[in-house]
Amino acid sequence: MAETKERKLPAPAISPETQAYWDAAAQGKLLVRKCTSCGEAHHYPRTICPFCFSDKTEWIEASGEGKIYSYSVMRRALEPYAIAYVTLAEGPKMVTNIVDCDFDKLACEQSVTLVFKPTDGGPPLPMFTPV
Amino acid sequence: MAAKAYIVGAYEHPTRKADDKSLAQLHAEVARGALADAGLTKNDIDGYYCAGDVAGWEMPGSGPFSIIDYMGLNLRWLDTTETWGSSYMHHVWHAADAIAAGRCSVCLVTLAGRPRAQGSATGTTVHPQGTAPEAPFEAPFGPTVTNMYGMVAARHMYEFGTTSEQLAWIKVAASHHAQYNPHALLKDVVTVEDVVNSPMISDPLHRLDCCVITDGGGAIVVVAPEIMATLKRPKIKLLGASEFVKTQMGGKVDLTYSGARFTGPAAFAEAGVTPADIKYASIYDSFTITVLMQLEDLGFCEKGKGGAFVADGNLISGVGKLPFNTDGGGLCSNHPANRGGLTKVLEAVRQLRGEAHPKVQVKNCDLALAHGTGGSLGLRHGSATVILERE
Repeated sequence: MAETKERKLPAPAISPETQAYWDAAAQGKLLVRKCTSCGEAHHYPRTICPFCFSDKTEWIEASGEGKIYSYSVMRRALEPYAIAYVTLAEGPKMVTNIVDCDFDKLACEQSVTLVFKPTDGGPPLPMFTPV
Repeated sequence: MAAKAYIVGAYEHPTRKADDKSLAQLHAEVARGALADAGLTKNDIDGYYCAGDVAGWEMPGSGPFSIIDYMGLNLRWLDTTETWGSSYMHHVWHAADAIAAGRCSVCLVTLAGRPRAQGSATGTTVHPQGTAPEAPFEAPFGPTVTNMYGMVAARHMYEFGTTSEQLAWIKVAASHHAQYNPHALLKDVVTVEDVVNSPMISDPLHRLDCCVITDGGGAIVVVAPEIMATLKRPKIKLLGASEFVKTQMGGKVDLTYSGARFTGPAAFAEAGVTPADIKYASIYDSFTITVLMQLEDLGFCEKGKGGAFVADGNLISGVGKLPFNTDGGGLCSNHPANRGGLTKVLEAVRQLRGEAHPKVQVKNCDLALAHGTGGSLGLRHGSATVILERE
């Protein structure tokens, strides 16, 4: 069984545009940016909606529930890890890692739930683990 | 249809490991080779195309300036369009457009790189985060070239039932061609079993699903019809092209198609031909899955049926219906600078001239396609298609 071992995670670079996203992460919350003009949520978060180009966007808190859209287990690494796209219940797909699980049992469309993992000197990263 | 421009010079550097050469030297060597092939000289060049990967002076992307200076070019037209490996399909067609607009008449395109000499672990390296807006939301999770393409393959398998054995046939076909290329890095013919039994790099891609890491480069010369008329080489006409940049679409990610879904139909429409008319195809082959996706998206087979299409040697010259990458491609011959676009155009030109190796030369090859996918199929990528005809 290939288990997730703790690997050192780099801190994300924070910009003024995404400060709130990382502040929320530090509180254990995953935010999604949503446009109040067209009603669409997007990821990664932007001030200007990538669909309708409106500047009327706001933060919403994600439920933390999602499904694996696709994944790949990198075997050529000091500690193998699973990168994935997870489809959030709110709609957007995000690049993330699937952690605390048997990598050999992962599957597309598997249900996963949010966990945060600490980084090296920065806010924690939103990751997912099988339900 | 009157030709906008012709490819008249084509040259591929024979090196696969250039410990003893500088990057600028490689650019100049391939330029000399293509000019000699065309029957032109350096002073004839008035347009230059060079992607932004070249390490430059102070500012990222400024490398072409340094290469122009090294070679001593006198230009009235410059284009540094950068879409990673597919840049060179963009360059060839942008050159044709610039020539048709009267901006220049002899365009040089060069590519060179030394990743093998530099010991690059191209497919498995997680690059530093950098300053791109998406970087904090991707880089900390460990995206590499191989795992991002691995996710494309995993989703294709989930949606369409594609198998590792089907993907392996793409490498098998490339290896059948590479055995006749004296410069190919990998000359041994491999089997489906060899591919699926090679070490897993990032699921479901095995070592032999990946392209090679090599040094080298290549160059192309594109000229105006009135220049072509003075030269003795076969006339390779630029018939149609299209380009597209596929993004993550604000999180509406769909890994089941590439930008070729748009560039294929547009290029075929401009050229006035169909996929069934194509005698030879150069298909970007960073990984086996890259080839499969593009074949489907370009319309050589139905979406989801690529696995069945590539199986049983259908891509092998003289055996299957669609001979592809008859030089061995990136999967076996070379992937200079980690960019396979330029060499794709070169093998298409060789096929159209009848200058491919006799064992892989397609009979009566008068219509060819070259398609590139640059960047990351799993994140964001450039797509560019060019259709070429021997006049």
